[in-house]
Amino acid sequence: MASDKVKTFTDSNFDTEIKNGVTLVDFGAEWCGPCRRLAPTVDALAAEYDGRATVAKMDIDENPNITGRFLIRGIPTLLIFKNGELVDQIVGLAAKEEIARKLDQHL
Amino acid sequence: MADRKVIIIGSGPAGLTAALYTARANLKPLLVEGVEAGGQLMLTTMVENWPGFRDGIMGPDLMAEMRAQAERFGTDVMHGNVERVDLNRRPFSIAFAGGKTITSDALIIATGASARWLEIGVDRKLSGHGVSTCATCDGYFFRGKPIAVVGGGDSAMEEAIYLTRFASKVTVIHRRDSLRASKIMQDKAFANSKIEFVWDSEIADIRDIERGEVTGIVIRNLKTAKLTELPLDGVFIAIGHTPNTALFRGQIELDEAGYIVTHHGSKTSCPGVFAAGDVQDHVYRQAVTAAGSGCMAAIDAERYLDGLPIPDETTDNAACLVAPPTGEILKP
Repeated sequence: MASDKVKTFTDSNFDTEIKNGVTLVDFGAEWCGPCRRLAPTVDALAAEYDGRATVAKMDIDENPNITGRFLIRGIPTLLIFKNGELVDQIVGLAAKEEIARKLDQHL
Repeated sequence: MADRKVIIIGSGPAGLTAALYTARANLKPLLVEGVEAGGQLMLTTMVENWPGFRDGIMGPDLMAEMRAQAERFGTDVMHGNVERVDLNRRPFSIAFAGGKTITSDALIIATGASARWLEIGVDRKLSGHGVSTCATCDGYFFRGKPIAVVGGGDSAMEEAIYLTRFASKVTVIHRRDSLRASKIMQDKAFANSKIEFVWDSEIADIRDIERGEVTGIVIRNLKTAKLTELPLDGVFIAIGHTPNTALFRGQIELDEAGYIVTHHGSKTSCPGVFAAGDVQDHVYRQAVTAAGSGCMAAIDAERYLDGLPIPDETTDNAACLVAPPTGEILKP
């Protein structure tokens, strides 16, 4: 059950969307088991950080350009951006607390 | 009084089977699932050796069924990251990230094992950028590209064969001159024209950390010490697993490799604490043996909670490694 707080980014709107503030982007795919496992965590973070950080997901099948630009070769991968700059990343599954700790460092 | 009669940590086949049995025994179990919820089967595709499914079943589907079955009989599933356990006082207490603590009269540990990495450091740094421990997750990124698989066991062969769906060529790098994998897996791998083998060798380095992606590897021949460069796009590591026992170190007996030592079924060195699945088994490591040992742990926990004498019981509380309370076995 995806939270409506989680945005969906695409190759075409990605650069505009990450321009301001802190953004957490969850790169994944429908067929990826671990990504489905991470989804509730990302949903919860979106609700928790509502108004402070943007939380979005990105389907790697539909958005090969941005996926390629960040050399993503494994999913799930979480990238954290601050004002358009890549500032942190988490590859694979992670606990909510760990992701929150990384987000907090940039807020 | 404890918050719970029994808490199960881990949600793979062992944990969910323990939950099913303790739920059906009316113990209202709380099952804690962590970051790797569902366990290793969540990372597999078709499981062909789970009895009862002649055509196989997808790993994630099997886990979803097991979970639904455990919940149907009253298991409470909680998502949480266990930070600390205290087994020296009864009831046992389990502390979660975020500060919450829950107590329980009995504990079933089914935290499983996680994939091992190489010991060269660079592999972890390039994780997600060409180095992976999960072929089914990441194979997709290597369509038409050459890759390597490290390891010589069943899972290494399974990954290598699976990856030939995507990769142009799969080079298996193995430390010995023969495979540890079962005969059937060896035959499949040798018959696959996309798979090549490099024997007696290990990965000495992975290029290119500067660029942040994999461009090749340096292979060291263990017999001749000769180094060879091999350009490729991905490295899949399948060199076994490490048990997830850091939480319990110093509180229950572990073997040299870090696995929980069990005796007389699922009993650990600490009365009231039971272990099941890969966290206490580095020999069989099958979904069905994990499930079987989860059932044993549930029955052992139930007997313990009933205060019934456990057959062949030889331990007392002093067997708990760190300052156990003396004498009394807790009655619910």
